[in-house]
Amino acid sequence: MTESSMPTRTPEARVAGAMKGFAQEIGALSAFRMESCIHCGICAEACHYYIATEDPQYTPIWKVEPFKQAYKREASALAPLYRLFGFKREVTADQLAHWQHLLFDSCNMCGRCSLICPMGIDIAALIEQSRHAMFEAGLAPQELYDKAAHQQLTGQPEASAEPYRDQLIAIGLKFDVPIPLDETDVDIMLCVPRTDIEHYPTAVAALARVMQHLGSSCTFRSDGLIAENYGYYAGGKEWQRDISLRLIDQAIACHAKILLVPECGHAYTALRWEAADLYGAKLPFKVSSVTEFLGEELEAGRLTLKESTQGTTTFHDPCQLVRKGGVNEAPRALMKAMNVDLHELDNHGGFSFCCGGGGGVLDIKQAAPLRYRTVEVKLREIDATGAQTLLTSCSDCRRTFDDAQAHFSWDKRPQSLLELVANNLIESGATP
Amino acid sequence: MDLLTFARGMGLKAAIAIFCLGVTWRIVAFALLKIRRDFAAPRESILKYLSGGLITTMARSWPHREFIGRTGPGEALGYSYHLGLFAVVLLFTPHILLLGSLFGFTWPGLPSSIITIISVLTLTLFLAVLFRRVTNPVMRMLSNFDDYFSWFITMLVMVTGLAATAHVGGPYETLLAIHILAVDALLIWFPFGKLMHAFYIFPSRAINGALLGRKGATS
Repeated sequence: MTESSMPTRTPEARVAGAMKGFAQEIGALSAFRMESCIHCGICAEACHYYIATEDPQYTPIWKVEPFKQAYKREASALAPLYRLFGFKREVTADQLAHWQHLLFDSCNMCGRCSLICPMGIDIAALIEQSRHAMFEAGLAPQELYDKAAHQQLTGQPEASAEPYRDQLIAIGLKFDVPIPLDETDVDIMLCVPRTDIEHYPTAVAALARVMQHLGSSCTFRSDGLIAENYGYYAGGKEWQRDISLRLIDQAIACHAKILLVPECGHAYTALRWEAADLYGAKLPFKVSSVTEFLGEELEAGRLTLKESTQGTTTFHDPCQLVRKGGVNEAPRALMKAMNVDLHELDNHGGFSFCCGGGGGVLDIKQAAPLRYRTVEVKLREIDATGAQTLLTSCSDCRRTFDDAQAHFSWDKRPQSLLELVANNLIESGATP
Repeated sequence: MDLLTFARGMGLKAAIAIFCLGVTWRIVAFALLKIRRDFAAPRESILKYLSGGLITTMARSWPHREFIGRTGPGEALGYSYHLGLFAVVLLFTPHILLLGSLFGFTWPGLPSSIITIISVLTLTLFLAVLFRRVTNPVMRMLSNFDDYFSWFITMLVMVTGLAATAHVGGPYETLLAIHILAVDALLIWFPFGKLMHAFYIFPSRAINGALLGRKGATS
């Protein structure tokens, strides 16, 4: 299927596709999660979409309502009774079409709702499964579908004037840093967010510089360069697997012991926590985020950093990296090592509000007005810290904040933690 | 056979049988679905993530600092009426004697006057819960027949129990029979609706806590 051939389906085919997709997903855990909901609505109070709008439809568990309905009618313990007495109606095509807005435009899959549920339901996991069903129904947003299709076919989410491989080499030349490429028998395979290649080449150079400084045996691979996974965003599980396999195959080919995920939260989730399941076995290498890798290097004494000269700073915890990924201590250890004057956000660490751009939302044009309303929640919180600088460790978050900066004429530009580290390396023999 | 004999005889036995079979089926049905193996390497040791599950099971009863400002009143209401229900069910002497005949041991109860006060407070909280459900836009949108019927049948048990204890509304034996019939109805409804959350809440929290703990993530 090519990027331009997103199928136009009859309403009946859409419903059948979605239900098939969702039924395939239903395992004991998902069923248990759906059965456990007591309709208390507390999850709304964790969601930045609800907090920004107070619109009940943005209640996280409501976003999976058609799929709860379908599960209870088709596959639950009481399914025959639900059908017999008509307690659960069949999901309609119109219902699904409306839910595209709720599952894609107004959810970053950030997982904050999963921390508030008194029943302990991982609502974000249900939303991810519902996105799979929407993809099967042909109801993934066009922007995400096209990028996923293109990436599945070519390795790049969209065509570029120059192949990303060539752009990577050009970045190395421009910033005078060696870019190891297509080497074999290395310890670490590197990849890069396409967001960084296009918008933040300094972050690409910073990654290469830090790896050079550490003397790491590493390489980028032309055939497995891009970290993002648009299959994950769009809900296309098969495409997500194909896109992940491209990197897995390359990591195996170069005998890497570590696949290093750059500053990209969703890439981390896709590769660290989901790729092995799609691969169907344990991965023969470790998947590590660059932030936690640098934290480990710091702890081992192989990375020494000098004091940062930037002023008061606050840190935005990327949801996928921190809340859902467990990389909580490494960014703070790195900032502490550079003596960063950190002013924590009121909601930080695992409880941080999402930037509003994750989960592919930044790419969805029709989502922009709502996204700006949710970003305001975050911007107000950042401003309240009084910090001069905003630091983060995810290029999608960075891009979302940059977009918000342009939209609101905000007085801050987000900066990369990796770049801060690269700018504060202590060369061997030098004094801090 | 009079109403009371039926209510606490055949009626209660039938209700308990439906309750046990229904609850068992609602739990066994999960086991019939596939359980996926997680191939991703855990960040933490098995002990650490099992302890994460245990901690979440307990800690989720109290909102995180970051949420308490928004959820505190609603959660306080919810947990308060549950505590009231537990007190009335487990600490009222006639209930203890009934449960003792089933389990073979008893425990000390609270004086009837205290139980009556707790019952009235719990009833008031229960009305507040319904008021909240119909006035809060989020809860109203999420609510369905199950929510209202489960509320109604629990309320029915409480009101009839209070009436029987206070001897208000008719002869004691009739009031007691109606109360026990209400309990029978609750037991029959239990496996078909949201009352099942009594069996789900702790495993659900434990699973979520353990899976997040496996990643070293916040729970």
